[in-house]
Amino acid sequence: MEINEQIAIDHGLKKEEFNKICDLLKRTPNITELGIFSAMWNEHCSYKSSRIHLKKLNTKGKKVIQGPGENAGIIDIEDDDAIVFKIESHNHPSFIEPYQGAATGVGGIMRDVFTMGARPIANLNSIHFGSPQHPKTKNLLRGVVKGIGGYGNCMGIPTIGGQTSFDESYNGNILVNAMTLGLVNKKKIFYSKAAGINKPVIYVGSKTGRDGIHGASMASAIFDDKIEEKKPTVQVGDPFTEKLLLEACLELMAGKSIISIQDMGAAGLTSSSIEMASKGNLGIELNLNKVPCREEKMTPYEIMLSESQERMLIVLENGKEAEAKKIFDKWNLDFAVIGKTTDTKKIELLFDSKKVAEIPINILAENAPIYDRKWKKTKLPQKIKFNKDDFKKLKITEVLKKILSLPNISSKEWIWEQYDHTVMGDTIQKPGSDSGVIRVHGTRKAVATSVDSSAVYCYAHPLTGGKQVVCESWRNLISCGSKPIAITNCLNFGNPEKEKNMGEFVECVKGINEASKFLDYPVVSGNVSFYNETKDKGIKPTPAIGGVGLIKDYKKIVTMNLKNNENLILVIGKTEGHIDQSVFAINILNEKKGPPPVVNLFNEKNNGETVLKLNAEGLINSLHDVSLGGIITAVSKMAIKGKKGFKLNKPKVLINKFDYYFGEDQGRYIIEIEPKNLSKVQKILKDNSVHYDEIGLVAEKDVIIDKEPIIHIDDLIKSNKYWLADYMDK
Amino acid sequence: MKSAVIIFPGSNCDRDMDVALKKFGFKNQMVWHNDQEIPKSDLIVLPGGFSYGDYLRCGSIAGKSKIIKSVVEFANSGGLVLGICNGFQILTETGLLPGVLLQNKYQKFICKNVHVKINNKENKYFKNIKKEILELHIAHNEGNYFCSEDEIKSLNDNNQIAVTYCNEKGREDEQYNPNGALKNIAGIFSKNKNILGMMPHPERVIDKCLSSNDGSFFFENLFENLK
Repeated sequence: MEINEQIAIDHGLKKEEFNKICDLLKRTPNITELGIFSAMWNEHCSYKSSRIHLKKLNTKGKKVIQGPGENAGIIDIEDDDAIVFKIESHNHPSFIEPYQGAATGVGGIMRDVFTMGARPIANLNSIHFGSPQHPKTKNLLRGVVKGIGGYGNCMGIPTIGGQTSFDESYNGNILVNAMTLGLVNKKKIFYSKAAGINKPVIYVGSKTGRDGIHGASMASAIFDDKIEEKKPTVQVGDPFTEKLLLEACLELMAGKSIISIQDMGAAGLTSSSIEMASKGNLGIELNLNKVPCREEKMTPYEIMLSESQERMLIVLENGKEAEAKKIFDKWNLDFAVIGKTTDTKKIELLFDSKKVAEIPINILAENAPIYDRKWKKTKLPQKIKFNKDDFKKLKITEVLKKILSLPNISSKEWIWEQYDHTVMGDTIQKPGSDSGVIRVHGTRKAVATSVDSSAVYCYAHPLTGGKQVVCESWRNLISCGSKPIAITNCLNFGNPEKEKNMGEFVECVKGINEASKFLDYPVVSGNVSFYNETKDKGIKPTPAIGGVGLIKDYKKIVTMNLKNNENLILVIGKTEGHIDQSVFAINILNEKKGPPPVVNLFNEKNNGETVLKLNAEGLINSLHDVSLGGIITAVSKMAIKGKKGFKLNKPKVLINKFDYYFGEDQGRYIIEIEPKNLSKVQKILKDNSVHYDEIGLVAEKDVIIDKEPIIHIDDLIKSNKYWLADYMDK
Repeated sequence: MKSAVIIFPGSNCDRDMDVALKKFGFKNQMVWHNDQEIPKSDLIVLPGGFSYGDYLRCGSIAGKSKIIKSVVEFANSGGLVLGICNGFQILTETGLLPGVLLQNKYQKFICKNVHVKINNKENKYFKNIKKEILELHIAHNEGNYFCSEDEIKSLNDNNQIAVTYCNEKGREDEQYNPNGALKNIAGIFSKNKNILGMMPHPERVIDKCLSSNDGSFFFENLFENLK
């Protein structure tokens, strides 16, 4: 076949990119080579629009063992233990085929983690759907949840946390981000960098089929009316095979035969082989006739671009093939020596005794296009002047019940009950709290983890939103008594070729970076998903931040449920009553304009660290951060969890009670303390210059807010519990 | 006391069971599905998971695996066999226990704490246990126990119903039945009570910091009874 510009464009390449390929090769590529270029140079694999901005991210820190650039990031959690973790998007496939899209997203991220020698110990996810009224939402949600559960449950890895939101901006592009944490011995980490010449290249796992060909290119395109036709580009997951692959790889890793190992994720055999060679500054030669294939007559083009799941590529030490094969035979997995490392610094592919591709590795990797795309700044919106007379007809308790039952606030139990969150026997805080917590098996340590995003704030002002979401993650980890260590980010945005969308990206990243630096909360891994756009409508900018923190003694974990009658309830951090962009403004006052709450990084850090001090002294009985819905929503959620009532009195501050209770100022926590500890708590707060308000008491079952009529805690429980189950099953 | 946990490809509660058995005093060994023989044991456990992927009926392939012959022989000679979750499904597939585990009534995987009532203490598993009701944990998609009318009659007549879903006070209403199981059945015995299959996982609730600690009573008691 004669390769021309049109064929290149059909592969998702731009005209200039095709010309660049011809120049670099000094000839026209053949079809296999063109396929390889299109896979390596698409947005998903090359980060061509994002790379110059991502480079600026704060990726270093005392606890960082491995930052971005590997399969996943790694942090030190003391002793010989390290946590490997990463979040990744599987948005496009999940919209086309929700079950398989979500399932293979979970499978892919777990492979990234166990490729590095770690046993996965926890999964999380951040999933976002269109408006509940949109005709597709229900089925997409059902499919995605079943897919995530189907894969994670079968693998036997607990899904201990997550986040779900609904917003009409996701009507045509849902988001499915999957995150995995793994535990590894610091001295036994495996990397993807190949080393040594003439070392055998091994293929293990499932056979290669025609599924998922060009999956990565599909993920780099915007959707139109014909998306249904893209179904064949969605991979099909087989969690059982992945479970075998996990056990087999860990068994092989216990020995000393692996030089480097890389999972076959996006762009399959192409990107895995090129990445290993590129990192080792080597060449690689593959005989494609040796690749185990599921279907007949597969061409080199198809073999190289297949995204069949559950496959790994390994560079072994010479002479270790038989030993390795024995392990894979035991687990009934394919094992084939398909090539070797070379000193040519090229990728060379053989098929039917002919050379079918020959490309210098540096052309594919280092010379991949990089774009400094034009972008537009989003101005900070003007503050809205709310007419406070409008508030007079509202009752706090009525507004509260409404807020607790909103799609984005109500309980997500319907979702996480479908995820096995207790397998492995170390889950000490299950989903539905600030963060999930698991013990580090066989030790006194525990790891806390959460995933957060705030698309509403990011859309209103990306710079502030970017900062806010990092702070929110930090707070969620502190809220269970853990010290935050590092984050992974999944940057979900619209079309980078549009200045507005690109601007949202640039400024969110800037915000993330500022907060990450100030809080010493480095980014160790991540993923970018652009082109979340359908028929010219893009999503709200949705960076998802996955955070990981350490609890040195798991018995010191603090939970959010209110505990004992007559205990005091305090708000830590200053309340200014910021209503713009709050749940109250958007859903009750129907006002969608205005700036998001200001993020004061100094206060954020100081308040958080002081809360940890209070907890270390054993002074906190329950703890929760203040986020969507403000103080009163936070206290209510603590009460709902503890099946307790409470009595609140707004302190004498010059703020309207609605602003006080529903404002979404940042850097705040609610704590429950025993009355006898009040003076100790006050001293620590004063010594650290942290503002606090005493706002009330824990009660048996009654909820009393200022002078409003008494309601029963069961009323709030009912408001919060059933929205999603009713929506899905009734 | 010696125990053995069988690992099938796709088992994923094997380690949890190993940890639990050892915590309560058992000398446990892991046995691979392709092995022919099981080391001398006082208790054999079939753990939870997705044996062979469970792409067919759950437990059906495991029910025909190489190792299973030895399990059946052991059981038929009166040895203690405990099947949890997928292990229970496998026991019904081998015919060691009657009935079948269908998909949950609401067609969803369910992971949560449940209460179960102990119906029969005249056996090695529950003899002398101080509690009447245990708070255990379930995590399954196919836990909806079903059997024929004759079989349920025979289960009743022989006191084979081991544990039933209930609330914390022991009420066995339909609303406390998480998966639609016949008569709220969560676990059953073989006729001579040496085999126990149940959906709830005692091995996941063996510490105060976990969602319940009632699994500890189960294992402690079992160990004492076997001494």
